[in-house]
Amino acid sequence: MFADNVGSMDDVISVKNLSKSIGNHQVLKNICFSVKKGSTVAIYGPNGAGKTTLFKILSTLWTPTEGSVAINKFDVSTDSSNIRKSIGILSHETFLYNDLTAEENLCFYGQMYGIDNDILDKRIEYFLEKTGITYRATDRVSELSRGMKQRLSIARTLIHEPQVLFLDEPYTGLDQNAVNVFENILKELDSKKTTKLIVSHNIEQSFKLCDRAIILDKGKIVFDDLKKDISDVGSFKQTYKNLINS
Amino acid sequence: MIQSLRIALKDLKSEFRTKQMLNSMLVFSLIVIVIFSISFGNLLNRSQIIGQLAPGVLWISFTFAGTLGLSRSFAAELENGCLDGLKLCSFNWNSIYIGKMLSSTILMITIELIIIPLFIVFFNFNIQGIHGLFIILVLGTIGYISVGTLLSALTVNIRTREILLPVLLLPLIIPILLPAVLATGKLFSGGNITDVFQEIRLLIVYDIIFFVIAQLVFEYAIQD
Repeated sequence: MFADNVGSMDDVISVKNLSKSIGNHQVLKNICFSVKKGSTVAIYGPNGAGKTTLFKILSTLWTPTEGSVAINKFDVSTDSSNIRKSIGILSHETFLYNDLTAEENLCFYGQMYGIDNDILDKRIEYFLEKTGITYRATDRVSELSRGMKQRLSIARTLIHEPQVLFLDEPYTGLDQNAVNVFENILKELDSKKTTKLIVSHNIEQSFKLCDRAIILDKGKIVFDDLKKDISDVGSFKQTYKNLINS
Repeated sequence: MIQSLRIALKDLKSEFRTKQMLNSMLVFSLIVIVIFSISFGNLLNRSQIIGQLAPGVLWISFTFAGTLGLSRSFAAELENGCLDGLKLCSFNWNSIYIGKMLSSTILMITIELIIIPLFIVFFNFNIQGIHGLFIILVLGTIGYISVGTLLSALTVNIRTREILLPVLLLPLIIPILLPAVLATGKLFSGGNITDVFQEIRLLIVYDIIFFVIAQLVFEYAIQD
């Protein structure tokens, strides 16, 4: 039930004995795992399991109480600025400015990541087209629907071509067409060896994208295995139910 | 520095497009000026008395209008989780502080430049030493915004931030307000820039102190 995934040379993410306490409550308890370059790991767990806290720490927004977390060999506590350059986060919050247009939002984030204007213009055009929102490029974000905002948020996440992607409930607000677009983009990223971590309650949809599944419950990893060692999504769902109910 | 400029430009673009803060700050300042001009109506032809009252009236109006603007400075970033997005794309979090400080200072000075002519009209008062006044306004505003931006970040995740911000801010800006009001008073009483040199020096020192302290503690202030 636990894959031997801790500590090797080609690890992009390395989490060792990670604990996080908020007030008196210990949200994460002695978490250990590592992720190899180019792999896609899905993290599942009920509400309050610690998934969002884990993502906040991995993305340098929070610091660990104990243990260490390294991304691309940079420690989240001491080298956070180097980590931020190489990660992208797609969250249920879009990180988009309502008073700026779709294009201006992408331009702002692209410039913040230090992308040259010529390259940025091409990337904006490419991602707007890829996510199917070119015709709304000059509309303010406040005028876009939830699904459109999520599509734009996908473009925002990818604008600086991150090496590591954290996807927190990425399917929120997406219609079937947008889900297909999103999954095609993720498949394209496989060829670029982009490492992906997905948190989702939608086991069916996210399980087919991943090559490894982790279940987090009450701040602990209770399951960690490669997809090839799990027979099918049905049996995984049963395992999930059994572990969470126990 | 380039990241700070981009943050400031983004804020100013949003603000000049919606004019949410500008309008509320302007209306607030205007109300203060109008109320004071009505209550001092029988003194408006006595320029010596008005000259003594004017610095207080002006700085009260700027201070409270500025508090309105500062309370929105970081709170606006909470929509759609933009503060997290900003923290993730800012490789050095101090650039967020400088960017926010720049945009708030520009907004505040814009308000001041609109309010001063209106003040001249409502109070029927001829302002002397306009160059000196501009220097005092800029230095006073920078100091005020330095402290205010830090406190705005510190209180952004607190539910009662609109109440807490002025409570924390007003006592802290007394060292800036005192020389600013005194210098404005001297200029309005016919003094020139050499007469307010001591106050200008004090304002510069306070601006530097507050800016450096804010730079040192901002990363801790903005952490969740």
